[in-house]
Amino acid sequence: MNQKKKKKSSDKQRKKSTIKEKVSGKMSKKPDKKGKVMDQISREPEKEDKVSLGRRDILKALATIPVFGPFLYAFLKKKISDDFKKKEILAELGISRKAPAVLPKTILKKSKELVRLGIIGFGVRGEDLVRGAGYAHPDWIEKKKKQAKENKLDKGLETFLNQEDLNVVLSGVCDVFDVRAERGIAASLNDVRPGGGSGLLKGAKRYIHYQDLIQSNDVDAVIIATPDHWHAQMTIDAVNAGKHVYCEKCMTRTVDETFKISEAVKNSGKVFQLGHQGRQQESYIKAKQIAEKNILGKITLVETTTNRNSPQGAWVYDIHEEGSPETIDWEQFQGPAPHKVPFSLERFFRWRCWFDYGTGLSGDLLSHEYDAANQILELGIPKSVVASGGIFFFKDGRDVPDVFQAVYEYRDRDLTLVYSATLANGRHRGKIFMGHDASMEVGSSLTVTADWESTRYKEKIMNKIINTSLPLFTYQPGLKGIDTVTSATERYFATRGLMYTMRGGRPVNTTHLHIKEWLDCIRNGGQPSCNIDRGFEEAITCHMATISYLEGRKVEWDSVNKKIV
Amino acid sequence: MLKKTLFYLALYPTRLPNYTTTQLTALIVLRVLIGWHFLYEGIVKVLNPYWSSAGFLIEAKGIFSGLATSIVASPEALRIVDFLNMWGLIAIGLGLIAGCLTRIASVSGIALLFFYYVFNPPFIGYTYSTPVEGSYIIVNKNLIEMCALFVLTIFPTGTIIGLDRLIFVKKKPE
Repeated sequence: MNQKKKKKSSDKQRKKSTIKEKVSGKMSKKPDKKGKVMDQISREPEKEDKVSLGRRDILKALATIPVFGPFLYAFLKKKISDDFKKKEILAELGISRKAPAVLPKTILKKSKELVRLGIIGFGVRGEDLVRGAGYAHPDWIEKKKKQAKENKLDKGLETFLNQEDLNVVLSGVCDVFDVRAERGIAASLNDVRPGGGSGLLKGAKRYIHYQDLIQSNDVDAVIIATPDHWHAQMTIDAVNAGKHVYCEKCMTRTVDETFKISEAVKNSGKVFQLGHQGRQQESYIKAKQIAEKNILGKITLVETTTNRNSPQGAWVYDIHEEGSPETIDWEQFQGPAPHKVPFSLERFFRWRCWFDYGTGLSGDLLSHEYDAANQILELGIPKSVVASGGIFFFKDGRDVPDVFQAVYEYRDRDLTLVYSATLANGRHRGKIFMGHDASMEVGSSLTVTADWESTRYKEKIMNKIINTSLPLFTYQPGLKGIDTVTSATERYFATRGLMYTMRGGRPVNTTHLHIKEWLDCIRNGGQPSCNIDRGFEEAITCHMATISYLEGRKVEWDSVNKKIV
Repeated sequence: MLKKTLFYLALYPTRLPNYTTTQLTALIVLRVLIGWHFLYEGIVKVLNPYWSSAGFLIEAKGIFSGLATSIVASPEALRIVDFLNMWGLIAIGLGLIAGCLTRIASVSGIALLFFYYVFNPPFIGYTYSTPVEGSYIIVNKNLIEMCALFVLTIFPTGTIIGLDRLIFVKKKPE
């Protein structure tokens, strides 16, 4: 045995030295100049014909190849196990890995006639909406160009210019503040736009009073982005004048208005869209499918939240330097507001801080959260609500709360919807649907995690097919589709939000999609996703919480007599 | 010409060392393990249709963060980088395990690891939101693997145990 070993090693030594001699041999003839070495090396391969390889050479050359055996074995074993888990989970859930099919709300026809839009209220949100329709103020284009230069990932301008040209013109602008009205006209003339460059834009006409814009023959459809206290009156007047309406949320300021607007819109037969652009989020559409497939089990609790922590987030908006009684039509601004007060720049620019013009957190942010839950679970109006809160941080003269909680009961669904908000803390809390078998967190992406005490997944959890410390699957619009068995890194990215939603893997502004849906219905008939019925549910639900907060009592909805008690 | 270049890249100017069996074994084990790691990293990426280097690049810190952002911002550049990364990893892994064009594989491996290192350097003051499984300061696993490949570059083994033996070393007839 020892001899054998010795022989083997001496064999090896000999072999090595042969090779060594050979290689170092040619190197040892190292000349002074580099060029000569090159010559020798380059000549080496030419000797090929004269040499032959021994069996030992072949064996040594292939000595590490068997490593591929265990590699392949391990790799295939892992792949088969992962694929099996994925297949098992997806088969159990019956949900596709692909992006949800977004069905148009109407039958799309090819020919589309020009729609002439009027905008009432060209503030920050008004500008957003008009941009969604395809018209941006030149200042915005410049700002975005600059941002894109500084940060190559800022695709705001690119996304805007890639928007579908909706074949609309902005032909009327009404704003009680001169500066904003002028901005609206500038936007209507800006040819830097999707499908732009014709140089044929005539621009919008300014209407001093909204009634003139609504009655105008140059306007087919109206976008309303005024403070909430004007929404109902303007919408009712507009549909009565035969105009289609896109109205910002909250749909109304009071319960009474909600009934009136609903009746007027229904009687008019005009197309009405409420401004909850979240309806276009791919992740919300996917969440609805997941809820319908009963993947979460019986859902008993839905938690929705708002956390903001800046003056802007708490509606302390900048006061424009040119704002004055001369440039602002204060009387028209006040309009149907319950309390008439002397001219106030604060109230004009920061109107969300007063119940005279809006409903604070309830109408501004609870409305979005509720609408998302309503979109995903089709909740309708709750049976009852208890709300509480107060002005705890922004003691700046406002009368709406900056900390606000509302607890809604849906007794027919055995479900509670909680809304919890503060304007003085920025922690991300998400929107969570809690079922007996799994939880689902929905933002611009979506994560479903199985519950460790789930009945439905019990066996799969025991068999280690489902890991409850990792998501059952995540869904990131446009990025990943649904991926089961996710790594920690993937889970991390799933919780991050995206600014835009996706269609066919491309980023699209949700507001643009929401306006487009409204225009499609105007042209081809049908009902948009956030129509007057959804709006009615939203407004009543929000106002129930506001009443509960203001009156300090539990508020109920009498669904038979259709009234709040 | 190609043969000449390959030959030059593969061996010059190192002489074939006279390793002891233990030394040779240690070097080859190291080579095969690193190859295994590269190969699997590459295959996993190729098989995952949703994999992209964007997540890694977007976290880039230091002098290369601008370049990384430019890559993510351009879909074409990102596609090229993803492709090179995935197939580069596989090619290097295969090369190291089989001992095929070993020198080129190790040098390319060093280059690739160098990019991983400088795009996400574990320097003081840099924090990353992607979770990592260990704690690092200045030295991380990329740097160590890079140095291990450097060792393999200057202590070549492909021409002893590896396909390079067939490519580069010719034996005279007995």
